Amino acid sequence: MDHQTAPAPLLDVRDLRTWFHTFSGTVKAVDGVSFTLAPGEVMGLVGESGGGKSVVGFSLLGLIDPPGRIEGGEILLDGEDIARASEERLRRIRGREIAMIFQDPMTSLNPVQTVGAQMDEMLRLHTDLDEAARKARCIAMLESVGISRAAERLKAYPHQFSGGMRQRVVIAIALLAAPRLIVADEPTTALDVTIQSQILRLMRRRIAQTGAAMILVTHDLAVVSEMVDKIVVLYCGKVVETGPAREVIADPSHPYTRGLVDSIPNPRDRKPRLAQIPGAVPDIRNLPSGCSFRPRCPRAQAKCAEVAPALAPTRGTLSAACHFPIVEEIAMTGGERA
Amino acid sequence: MGQILASQFVYNWRRNVSAIAGSAIILACVLIVLFGPLVAPQNPYDLTQLNLLDSYKPPAWIEGGDPRFLLGTDGQGRDVLSSILYGTRVSALIGIAAMLMACTIGTVLGLLAGFYGGRLDAFIMRVADVQLSFPSMLIALFLMSAFGTGIDKVLIALTLVGWVVYARTVRGSTLGEIQKEYVQAARVAGLRDAKIIRRHVLPNVLTPLIVIATVQVGTFILIEASLSFLGVGVPITQPSLGLLIKNGFDVLFSGLWWTSVFPGLMIMAMVFGINLFGDFLRDELNPRLK
Repeated sequence: MDHQTAPAPLLDVRDLRTWFHTFSGTVKAVDGVSFTLAPGEVMGLVGESGGGKSVVGFSLLGLIDPPGRIEGGEILLDGEDIARASEERLRRIRGREIAMIFQDPMTSLNPVQTVGAQMDEMLRLHTDLDEAARKARCIAMLESVGISRAAERLKAYPHQFSGGMRQRVVIAIALLAAPRLIVADEPTTALDVTIQSQILRLMRRRIAQTGAAMILVTHDLAVVSEMVDKIVVLYCGKVVETGPAREVIADPSHPYTRGLVDSIPNPRDRKPRLAQIPGAVPDIRNLPSGCSFRPRCPRAQAKCAEVAPALAPTRGTLSAACHFPIVEEIAMTGGERA
Repeated sequence: MGQILASQFVYNWRRNVSAIAGSAIILACVLIVLFGPLVAPQNPYDLTQLNLLDSYKPPAWIEGGDPRFLLGTDGQGRDVLSSILYGTRVSALIGIAAMLMACTIGTVLGLLAGFYGGRLDAFIMRVADVQLSFPSMLIALFLMSAFGTGIDKVLIALTLVGWVVYARTVRGSTLGEIQKEYVQAARVAGLRDAKIIRRHVLPNVLTPLIVIATVQVGTFILIEASLSFLGVGVPITQPSLGLLIKNGFDVLFSGLWWTSVFPGLMIMAMVFGINLFGDFLRDELNPRLK
């Protein structure tokens, strides 16, 4: 982690707190999340469902609807705090500076508009190109995401594409205005496994070419390991572990990350049962005292119920929020408690 | 998509007898509306063409009928057939115009309520609920007696009665659409709300409106006829079919039945045709029935 020597971060999120005020209590979906992202860097935002991953993504775009609200913290994009930006400013940031790729390519394109019209809309909004130039750019972009006969396909409707092709179109639209940051919210979850790595490799390649940074939101560590530089693991709205991707996957120091890694099926290591993390994500309105992961943690001790651990360096390049991090390699067997 | 839908649509249409019958009746009505005055044997509003000596002639095929007056004449010696050809035009145009107004207003309000939610939604929908809790005839009657009669007043009354069904339908579909990721994607792309509503939400909520709009033209024709029959509808100088029925109603029981029965049959045929076609559209456009 050479953030000191690296160029000024493109994105610097500091202590972001996005809460939802519902009738049954305040949901602290994101509660004190910090991370930085350098230009061209790809970050994986990992965690189970309900961990607050998507809320982080929507917070970056200023798209948190009531009863949700960004309660505190800063989102610095090139030093500008966009957590407090006006709606007018945010609208210029969306699409042009930060683009988003959604999970389900079946619903993320408008069914009654041609693909060309939807691409054109983006360019009309964010560039001053004339019609011919916009069309040329759309065709070039479709070709660059591997769609052949692009000029013809511009006139096609979304239902005339397969799921994988549609996700290519969605990626093309996201890249059209040459954004500097792309938030991809589970971009391959709705796709066939065979298509998944294709799409991921495409995204990786295209993003490397454009020099944009990317946040890949996913619950799938296997997906992450294939393409990200660093990983931020979220649990109940808090960062529990962060570090370079290789280290986090190979030898995590937080018991939660360890559990996630152990539950990736590995064909070389044939266990009778796949490891799992016992229990379920707690109700976020009613978190356990101290460390949120405590009730599911095999290493939990009395202290864990009293003091919530802060994010601190644990081993090598890793940081984790844990009182008793895994300092040496320990094969943790899910299900048993220490 | 257009071509596939169209060909499937035409294919089903050709195999549906009641749809064909409904279309034929609607086509006939459209022709009457467009060309009725050109083929009418007489201009019933041109007093110089009327002759009081021709009054209350029975239809031509009945004893005492006059071949000049196929469906007989009324008390002023007006040709009933000509009156119907002119009156159908008034009735149909009022029905269509009121439908367009109700549809526009209802759709806009429904989009706003569904898209923005909150207090605006609550307000619009409570107004709609109150509106629905009164019989539509009562509302129309009340408005007509408050504002007076005239074609413009009829249109206002029908619009106020009719917007609710669009607003509710559109609001419901809008709530469904804005959940979908393409609307989120449009927001993420930095589009303004107005554009998102117009370009992305509106086209996706229109389909069910086609059915409602079709059937509503028939309903409006009936309400207008009722209002005119009660004497609070169109003015006597532009008689609709409803007013023709009322004019003949006074002498209906004196055996002079043709002056009201034929306009009544015309209304019936028109609304019947519209409903047949509306049912077909409903079956065709409802994705759940496929």
